[in-house]
Amino acid sequence: MSDLKKIRDEFILKLKGKLDLAELNQIKSDLFGKNGLVSSQFKKIGTIDVSERKKFASDLNIIKDELQDLINLKINEIEKANINEKLEKEKIDVTLPERSFVRGKIHPVSQTIDEISSIFSEIGFSVEEGPDVENEYNNFTALNTPDNHPARDMHDTFYLDDKKKKLLRTHTSPVQIRTMLKDKPPFKIIAPGRTYRSDSDQTHSPMFHQVEGLHIDKNINMGHLKGCLNYFIKEFFEVKKIKMRFRPSHFPFTEPSAEVDIGYEIKDGKIIIGEGDQWLEILGCGMVHPNVLKNVKVDPTKFQGYAFGIGIDRLAMLKYGINDLRAFFDCDYRWLNHFGFDPLDVPTNYRGLSR
Amino acid sequence: MKITFDWLKDHLKTNLKEKNLVEQLTNIGLEVESVESLSSDDQIFKVAKIIKTEKHPNADRLKVCDINIGEKELKKVVCGATNASEGLITIYAPPGAIIPKTKTKLEIAKIRGVTSYGMLCSESELNLSDESDGIIELSKKYKKNIGKSYFSKSKSNLIDLSITPNRPDCLGVKGIARDLAASGFGKLIIPKERQIKSKTKQTLKVKIKKEKGQGCSAFGSCLIKNVKNTESPQWLKDKLISVGQKPISAIVDITNYVMLDINRPLHAYDADKIEKGIIVRNSKSGEEFTALDNKIYKLEKGMCVISDNKGVLGLGGIIGGTRSGTEFDTKNILLESAYFDPRSIRNTAKKLNLDTDAKFRFERGIDPLSIETGLKRAASLIQEICGGEVSKIDIQKIESYKTKIINFDVNSFENIVGFKISEKEIQRILTDLGFIVKKEKNSLKLKVPSWRPDISQQIDIIEELVRISGYDKIKTIAPIKDRSKSTLTQTQRLFHFLQRAIASKGYLETITWSFTDQSYNNHFREADKEIKIVNPISSELGVLRNSIFSNLIMYMSKNLDRGFKDLSIFEIGPVFTGSNPGEQKTVVCGLSAGKKSRLSWIDKERNIDLFDAKRDVVQTLSEVGYSSDQFFIDSKTPNYYHPGKSGRIFLDHKKDKVAAYFGEIHPNILKKIDIKTENLIGFEIFLENLKLSRKTLKDQKLKFAVSDFQKSERDFAFVVNKDVEAQELISVISNVSPNLISNIKVFDVYEGENIPDNQKSIAISITIQSSEKTLNDKDLEKINNSIIEAVENKTGAKIRS
Repeated sequence: MSDLKKIRDEFILKLKGKLDLAELNQIKSDLFGKNGLVSSQFKKIGTIDVSERKKFASDLNIIKDELQDLINLKINEIEKANINEKLEKEKIDVTLPERSFVRGKIHPVSQTIDEISSIFSEIGFSVEEGPDVENEYNNFTALNTPDNHPARDMHDTFYLDDKKKKLLRTHTSPVQIRTMLKDKPPFKIIAPGRTYRSDSDQTHSPMFHQVEGLHIDKNINMGHLKGCLNYFIKEFFEVKKIKMRFRPSHFPFTEPSAEVDIGYEIKDGKIIIGEGDQWLEILGCGMVHPNVLKNVKVDPTKFQGYAFGIGIDRLAMLKYGINDLRAFFDCDYRWLNHFGFDPLDVPTNYRGLSR
Repeated sequence: MKITFDWLKDHLKTNLKEKNLVEQLTNIGLEVESVESLSSDDQIFKVAKIIKTEKHPNADRLKVCDINIGEKELKKVVCGATNASEGLITIYAPPGAIIPKTKTKLEIAKIRGVTSYGMLCSESELNLSDESDGIIELSKKYKKNIGKSYFSKSKSNLIDLSITPNRPDCLGVKGIARDLAASGFGKLIIPKERQIKSKTKQTLKVKIKKEKGQGCSAFGSCLIKNVKNTESPQWLKDKLISVGQKPISAIVDITNYVMLDINRPLHAYDADKIEKGIIVRNSKSGEEFTALDNKIYKLEKGMCVISDNKGVLGLGGIIGGTRSGTEFDTKNILLESAYFDPRSIRNTAKKLNLDTDAKFRFERGIDPLSIETGLKRAASLIQEICGGEVSKIDIQKIESYKTKIINFDVNSFENIVGFKISEKEIQRILTDLGFIVKKEKNSLKLKVPSWRPDISQQIDIIEELVRISGYDKIKTIAPIKDRSKSTLTQTQRLFHFLQRAIASKGYLETITWSFTDQSYNNHFREADKEIKIVNPISSELGVLRNSIFSNLIMYMSKNLDRGFKDLSIFEIGPVFTGSNPGEQKTVVCGLSAGKKSRLSWIDKERNIDLFDAKRDVVQTLSEVGYSSDQFFIDSKTPNYYHPGKSGRIFLDHKKDKVAAYFGEIHPNILKKIDIKTENLIGFEIFLENLKLSRKTLKDQKLKFAVSDFQKSERDFAFVVNKDVEAQELISVISNVSPNLISNIKVFDVYEGENIPDNQKSIAISITIQSSEKTLNDKDLEKINNSIIEAVENKTGAKIRS
């Protein structure tokens, strides 16, 4: 029996026994280490007679492969067994709670402002802003509201000085004035923001939000106004059809003026916008009064257009079924969490305004 | 303005129904606020007399009254009114009646142990007036009506209109009828003006003083002698009751009726109480008089008063005085019909805080040409009902009314409104509204009716025409989806990004009022000016906020009281630095309370701390587009932060403007506010202080370049004086060899054993990598040494061996 066969038989026998990882590694090193039994045989190849060399080399390779495969197989088996054993121990109760997370929320008024901006963006309006503190000229006089107009009563306006020159703006309309004084026509803007009136009860809050709209160009008439608002209301409430009614009204800064009602009905205690035979007043609008245009140095014989003012809080209440206006500013954690929006929920027109 | 269809029909001939009326009123801009159907229900309210009152056995303020309602048996009613007394004639509501004000149904009820059968009503409960103080007191004349219904049968529905301030003419039933007729709803009835045969002259001298700011430009009057003031006839009482007015006496009722019918306020004086004559003049400072509301008014200089030799009789166009008021025994009356300037009326009423029906009408503008009509109508009615002789009418004027004229370009209508109506129709509508129309070459020459102070230019005519034609005729022109300008400015985009970036870190967005409680505001005001509101809604909301913290802390505290312990809230909005327009800044302000990982089975709980807030701020600013590597941070913060546990962030080392503050709220403030939480951490980001780059984020980004050569991490521990900041070490290290040092991370800070008292150890891990080659041991050794040398030289640190 050749040396090779002897080595083979001996180690095959050894490997058939029960071995642990260390013993296997020892065997591996005994055979294939630097001076291992198999390794040494390879070194001998050169010394063997040429006639037998080929066979010897071939036999040696077969034995090497056979032993090596067997060892690897054994090692794999043990490792697998080890993992299985570990897995057996590592079972955990996955129904335990995850690490805690907190969700921030966007206030419904902010969300509604973003929705409104998104809608008007589609039809070419850009967003303008103005300061919360206004002078009486921008808030009243320039808007064709003479100083003996009832809206100027102490009752309605918060004043910051005894002369009543500085006040908290009572509407977003002064942004019209600022915009038109700053630039040249055409104008096509919306201006959302905070507004203030010294009124406080269940349906009035001393601070609320409005969005002003202004479109001044050549030949803009009441048909454009109707079309714009019709589009906005449909988009905002995400309905295909809307019942809308324009009613004559009066605002000092627009003429002709209108109040706009939308049709609604109550179904199962929920308000459905756009259907039914009840009317709900949602905004005021009209053609910008020529006196206002003159006040901001826009020639009313060349330019004309419309303006509107919408209560944002009220829109949010209608769309999202919120009953109490005062709750908007009460910061109750439960309310904010309930009515707030996920910060990733950015209203866009391609994804849709609301989820 | 309250009307009934029946009353309208005095001026309007129509076959249409009330339902159409309500619709049409709204369509022409006379908004119907409500329609109250009191039709048959109110027959149930009966005139009754209190026979006996006794104190309620179980309640001091209640009385038990025996009531005669015309039946054999008296009714027992429990009543709380102080004026409920024996002999009083009042109005009784039996069980089953629905009280008009509250819309509740009365039931037989035990009140503190005594059964009450029905109730005695106040004026406000029956919607007769706002008077809720005590039950109605009817005059003795009602004695014969006991047991009968108080309201008459023919009453039609009460229609409440919201008349816009530009339409004083519609504060009279006639004006409303005129508008309706123009819109095709019936035909206006033009009554014959009654002529009064009078022989006598008006003998009381009336003089309007020509003074600066004289608020009265015309004063018409007539004397009616030997009248017998009485109760009004049923038709007149019914009329007034039908629109919610309480009949008083014939003379008062007649003046009220004329006012409601044609919007012509009148005033009746007891002529015998006027000393010599009437002088209309400006008041002197400090003059006093007792008005019909039984209050004494002290006048300022320059208010328009009606006076006699003895002093002030009344405030012209606002309220009369008790001295010259008419009573049931009044014999001779002077009837006034005047024109008062709206501005003067308004100023006076505002200064005296007085609101009356007359004031409401005069400040909107009364038809200056209605003086005579009003006097004639009222005088003839008085004569008819109360008898007496009427004098000739005397009218004193210091100014004459001039008719306004407008040249109307017919084409302007379509230009503004978008649809067309024929010139014929235009002429018809305007004529129906009372204009005198004359056709000229290219336009219409219009004489504006005297009762329309709101009309002065072409646009006013367009409004009239479209209003009467109908807003439903306006076409709907769909908007064009075209955008030539970006929707948001860069600042607005930043606002939106900051808002959502903060919310995404677990903060609930709040919106709080721009005003706040002065005492809270003072905690966060520092040296800023306090901005007071002259007329705040309450003293707790008396100042504009100098910081958002005041409101956030207040509401945080409320939420903690509700039992929520770990909470983060924020607001993005204005704070005010002065009381001029534009003196405001936009701030993102956040506040967190409580703990992290409270009651967690897996993580260790800890108090929330300033590094939580710092992370939120730094992460947000990074997300917005600023590089946190560039930030410079120091510990100079406003006094409402904990001085040792707060910091401020600059976007770069130039320290130009503070981008943000973060830190613990000062313990003194927590103590004063008495807020219950483990820790309270806040931050403020100042939107206007964030520099806006002219480049877009896309353009700001450097070329993409990474190194694939091997990198090495080396750890260093330096011992430094306690006052040396980590930022300084990092800054020194990053300057050693910026091309090779790619990351610096502080992984431990240690004070205590083995470290001298005033020193600390800071352990830093530094990643070293070249973009050109793999660094060998020699290269690395060199860098190590330069790092140590630089840190030791520049910060006084010693490497810990």
